[in-house]
Amino acid sequence: MAVNAQDAAPKAALLYDAKFRSILYQIITLVLLIGFIAFLATNTISNLEKRGIATGFEFLKHPAGFGVPFSLIEYSEASSYGRAFVVSVLNTLFVSACGIVLATILGFILGVARLSPNWIIARIATVYVEVIRNVPLLLQILFWYVGVLSALPTLRESINIGDSIFLNNRGFYTPLPIAEPGFMAIPIAFLIGIIATSLVSRWAKKRQEATGEQFPVFLTGTGLIIGLPVLAAIVTGFPWTMEYPVLKGFNFRGGFVLIPEFAALLFALTLYTAAFIGEIVRAGIQAVSHGQTEAAHALGIRPRPTMRLVIIPQAMRVIVPPLTSQYLNLTKNSSLAAAVGYPDLVHMFTGTVLNQTGQALECIGMMMLVYLTISLSISAFMNWYNARIALVER
Amino acid sequence: MTDTTMRDFKSDPIVHTPSPSLPPPSSSVGVIGWMRRNLFSSPINTLLTVLGLYLIYLIVPPLFNWAFWNADLAGDSREFCDSGGACWVFVKIRLTQFLYGFYPEAERWRPNLAIGLGLVALVYCLIDGVPWRKWVALFLLVLYPFVTYFLLSGGVFDMPLVETSKWGGLLLTIVIAVTGIVFSFPIGILLALGRRSNMPVVRMLCVGFIEFVRAVPLISVLFMSLVILPLFLPEGVTFDQLLRALIGVTLFSAAYTAETVRGGLQAIPRGQYEAADAMGLSYWKSMRLIVLPQALKVVIPALVSGSIGLFKDTTLVLIIGLTDLLAMVQLAAADTGWIGYVKEGYVFAAALFFVFCFGMSRYSMYLERKLHTGHKR
Repeated sequence: MAVNAQDAAPKAALLYDAKFRSILYQIITLVLLIGFIAFLATNTISNLEKRGIATGFEFLKHPAGFGVPFSLIEYSEASSYGRAFVVSVLNTLFVSACGIVLATILGFILGVARLSPNWIIARIATVYVEVIRNVPLLLQILFWYVGVLSALPTLRESINIGDSIFLNNRGFYTPLPIAEPGFMAIPIAFLIGIIATSLVSRWAKKRQEATGEQFPVFLTGTGLIIGLPVLAAIVTGFPWTMEYPVLKGFNFRGGFVLIPEFAALLFALTLYTAAFIGEIVRAGIQAVSHGQTEAAHALGIRPRPTMRLVIIPQAMRVIVPPLTSQYLNLTKNSSLAAAVGYPDLVHMFTGTVLNQTGQALECIGMMMLVYLTISLSISAFMNWYNARIALVER
Repeated sequence: MTDTTMRDFKSDPIVHTPSPSLPPPSSSVGVIGWMRRNLFSSPINTLLTVLGLYLIYLIVPPLFNWAFWNADLAGDSREFCDSGGACWVFVKIRLTQFLYGFYPEAERWRPNLAIGLGLVALVYCLIDGVPWRKWVALFLLVLYPFVTYFLLSGGVFDMPLVETSKWGGLLLTIVIAVTGIVFSFPIGILLALGRRSNMPVVRMLCVGFIEFVRAVPLISVLFMSLVILPLFLPEGVTFDQLLRALIGVTLFSAAYTAETVRGGLQAIPRGQYEAADAMGLSYWKSMRLIVLPQALKVVIPALVSGSIGLFKDTTLVLIIGLTDLLAMVQLAAADTGWIGYVKEGYVFAAALFFVFCFGMSRYSMYLERKLHTGHKR
């Protein structure tokens, strides 16, 4: 009897068998998914045929025929759509990279200021953080662009500093160094400086562990990284010429120009993200128990080394993961460039190029691929950094 | 022999009465003491205080003069703005547009009623210990969206139809934000549960969706709903522009909610899952009765900050051509009669957004204190 019951039970309850059900659900999900994708695909194909759009990436070779106000590489109206794509990706990366560096610096200052024993400084930082965090970024970008930067003087009344730096409502113009033969020595010297600094710091650490003697690594490093390129420049006889912006016709020609779209975007991104980073830094420092500070003081470590050697390394473990997501946010938020017309990936590629060619699927697909790549690379880098500074548990 | 040696110590003991403590020096108590401790404790601190005061002096008086002292509110045209400060007249005469967009004037009682109804129900739900709270909450989550939809769009009960393209201003901002928050919540929970499921197909699907959406900016999702969605649909089926934006915003926000909820699910000790299984509860029952109530409680602050983020992100719909609050400000500023007064519009919109977002963040702090049942130290 008992044996029979055991044998019969699973048979009667095949539908109640967890494994069977799980497989059944998954098959149903898969079938539904494939059906859904097939439905979308057939619709898309018929829609594309109706509109007479040929799919494929042939269009990237065609000439774009539109100009861009800001480009890091050589670009003209005769360049191809592919080149326009590269320009837009570089512009996105450029504004994001500038924003990340500036927002990190400002954010750390804000985080420390909020914890300052000085009442006024702490209050100012708090008000700043609360106001900036609770107002939409897009509004801030438009405020800087329309409200502030367009109030700058016009072209004819440009603010002129020594006939080489100009500021007006069309941009910020500075001289641009043009490389001459022998210029490569300077970046090479810079690289050598970085490598030498890392070697020196390794040697200094070893020596300190062996003998307890400290070595001024920071000063040496700064000297090497700045000094070597300067030395190289002097030795090679300053191998560059300055190209000055000159007023020709209706605009300045030559030199380096920072367009107001870029400035507004960078300003707003930096100020906005810095408020969030400030909160992250504050939370990270507060997460380090006060006992750590007291223990360090009990060991006779002075306040500044306590901060540098005890508090910050522990706070960084708390700070880095949310900091990563802020960096990702900043990069994604740079797409708000579309509102002011900075030629970034979204505005230029999925805006102008998509409208001109009608290759919606390809353009959106490429854009998403680029953002995915950027996101994954930033995550990967920050995960590596996080793993490096993480608590080593024995 | 002096007097002291003759003294009888037994009958006349020397009692030491300590003299009363002196008051603390006036420099360490009261206002002066506070200032010495908090503002001038060291030379560097003094310098920072002076710098901070200078910064306040640079910013606050001009701002106050601009926004209040020298501002103009009276009048109804540009000529009244002559005192050099902010011209609130611009905001005043455009106020109804900022709030309702192009919603017909005769029908504005409908959004008023819908938002009023929602506010009353919401406030009722936020008060502790009132009767029928659960039912009001249920109404708010289930019935209210439909009531609002019919009230706003009309076409039933003799209410004239108002096309969604006429919805605008703060009204549209609230509609998008509330729809996004309300609908993304269940989708987000399902995605989070799916991501932790044992079924590889479901898990991969959820991970793929979440990671993909989180990696791209909202604006690209909106663009996608604008250009790609019509391609995906069979011929003849068209979507309302607002509905497309709503789908984009909801799916986008669902991916973020999912990650937040997943954090909460991971924070629940394994014992709770096992205990629910041991009680013989089915998967959905154990989730509904045991795991989710605890998990959601942990992540309430994160959920609210996500909602604040979504509320701010609704401004992005202006890029795809919807007329939300910010877009109405932009439109009003483009009016040739009012060139140069865009700053006032931005400040007004910023103040509105600030009130909403700051209020939400304060409420979440209160909720966090109230719900914390002693697990935290």
